Amino acid sequence: MSLDIVVCIKQVPDPEYFSKITIDPVKQTIRREGIPTIINPLDKHALEEGLKIKEKFSGKVTAVTMGPPSAREVLEEALALGIDDSVLLCDRAFAGADTLATAYPLASGIKKLGNFDLILCGNETVDGATGQVGPQLAELLGIPHVTFVNEIEWTNERDLIVKSTLERGYMKLQVTLPVLLSVVKEINEPRLPTVLGIMEATEKEIKFFNAKDIDVPEGTIGLAGSPTRVADVFEHKSKRKGEIIEGLPEDAVKRAVKRLRELKAI
Amino acid sequence: MKRGNPVWVWTEQRNNRLMDVGVELLGKGLELSERLNVKLETILIGNQTGKLADELMAYGADTVYMIEDPRLQTYQSDVYANVLADLIREHSPDILLIGATNIGMDLAPRVASKVETGLTAHCVDLCIDEDNGIPYLAQVVPGWGGNLMVKIVCPEKRPQMATVRPGVLEKPARNEARKGEIIKVTPDIKDGDFKVKTIEMVEEKALGIPIEEADTVVAGGWGLFSAGGFKPVEELAEVLGAAVGGTRPAVDKEWISDDQMIGQSGKTINPKLFISVGASGAMHFTTGFLRSKVIMAIDQNPDAPIFKVSDIGLVGDLREILPYLIEELKNVV
Repeated sequence: MSLDIVVCIKQVPDPEYFSKITIDPVKQTIRREGIPTIINPLDKHALEEGLKIKEKFSGKVTAVTMGPPSAREVLEEALALGIDDSVLLCDRAFAGADTLATAYPLASGIKKLGNFDLILCGNETVDGATGQVGPQLAELLGIPHVTFVNEIEWTNERDLIVKSTLERGYMKLQVTLPVLLSVVKEINEPRLPTVLGIMEATEKEIKFFNAKDIDVPEGTIGLAGSPTRVADVFEHKSKRKGEIIEGLPEDAVKRAVKRLRELKAI
Repeated sequence: MKRGNPVWVWTEQRNNRLMDVGVELLGKGLELSERLNVKLETILIGNQTGKLADELMAYGADTVYMIEDPRLQTYQSDVYANVLADLIREHSPDILLIGATNIGMDLAPRVASKVETGLTAHCVDLCIDEDNGIPYLAQVVPGWGGNLMVKIVCPEKRPQMATVRPGVLEKPARNEARKGEIIKVTPDIKDGDFKVKTIEMVEEKALGIPIEEADTVVAGGWGLFSAGGFKPVEELAEVLGAAVGGTRPAVDKEWISDDQMIGQSGKTINPKLFISVGASGAMHFTTGFLRSKVIMAIDQNPDAPIFKVSDIGLVGDLREILPYLIEELKNVV
């Protein structure tokens, strides 16, 4: 008995450079040229959990991502961590997708790979931060899902009890494979790639699937297949005065505190 | 007479208590439904929820669809999603709003995927706009760079689904005289439908004052990194008796925990005084405290967008300003 594990990952802009990201005023798309990219931080925890489960039960871990050709970088990094196989869903037709139009190609790509027992995702990405793709993907694959997973307890190789965090507290849920789990960072401590892992990764193949390869339902992908659209980008107008206090620190602080008292804030 | 496809709010209960965000959404839902001249309806799933239904009507619900079953007392992801999706197919609501609690965020995308419609996460504002005389839901989320906001629409698919974080919208006034209708729904639920089974839900008390309940909050951002770290924020908070919060980079630096994060992927708070230290003011952060009574920002860059959303902007080197500020406040507070 061994498990087929799929980990969905995403290449995202490095959050330290978020303030440098702008929106193209004409096309209303995000301009991220020159912004360094990373594997979405929570996806590293999903990869780690996939590897840990494989070590426990034996099996195969496949990383799947959708993105431009450059997204192969995150797959290379995943392979260096010890992932067995990887797939890049890459087609201009996928571009401009919202979360549902992202879940469709992922679902078709994963089905194309064959059998799967467990799908792991990071609970949310640092860029979109919607946390929607996991549950949407599970629905399209016809399997149950659990989000905010911070602990997995295996009863046996098919049955598990997972802990899902709440705002204050948690839920314990019982589920049988196949299932999709979206994990949070408390679940584990991701490993770092080893020199051997990096060397072995160069031997491993990255599969490229385009829209035709995966037999995705018509009208479900890319901007055209997205139920939601960006209609407008506009400047937030604040009603606040934005009174600026500058000058020598000691004096500026005194004036700021005086204003706080006048506004009865302290 | 109200005609047309209704506005729906899924109102979450935990241990037979309504979650505040559902009530907050009813306030917005009422505004939207009045504008569209349609009914405001809520979906309430649980067990023995009669009292809660009365409360929902007092907050503006014209109809409460009540689904009661002992097996549904606690959130069950498959069955809750099935029940909601079936009701959507039967009644074709125009809009469905869901509170972005951890459970709401688990449910909403599953339902949106079932009925193949659009879902916009963590809206900071919702309103009705018109396109050639046809009204639609404008869903506002923070954008990138400076003070930009993005308007998302769902032009073809229905319902137009959106989630909103707790604390973003104001709680509406309660009106006991308001009348509504309770419609009991008894879906055919089989034990085998519970593919994921919630076997336990534990609610824990918060340690200390949660930031969303504090009168004063001091929050730190990335700018503190080059200014020697997060300690001055904690000292400032101590002097003011304030709770401590921060930006995503502050969480990534492990200066604060996840539940102290403010903004789009964290909490939305409305304290009497909010002080931001060393945060440039990306919309993803600022939308988390815009309704605070008084906002003071401290940063070294006079052009930082944070100052545009503040009442008082204190500009200067954090390493110089913060010690003076802590001392000065010790004298006056």
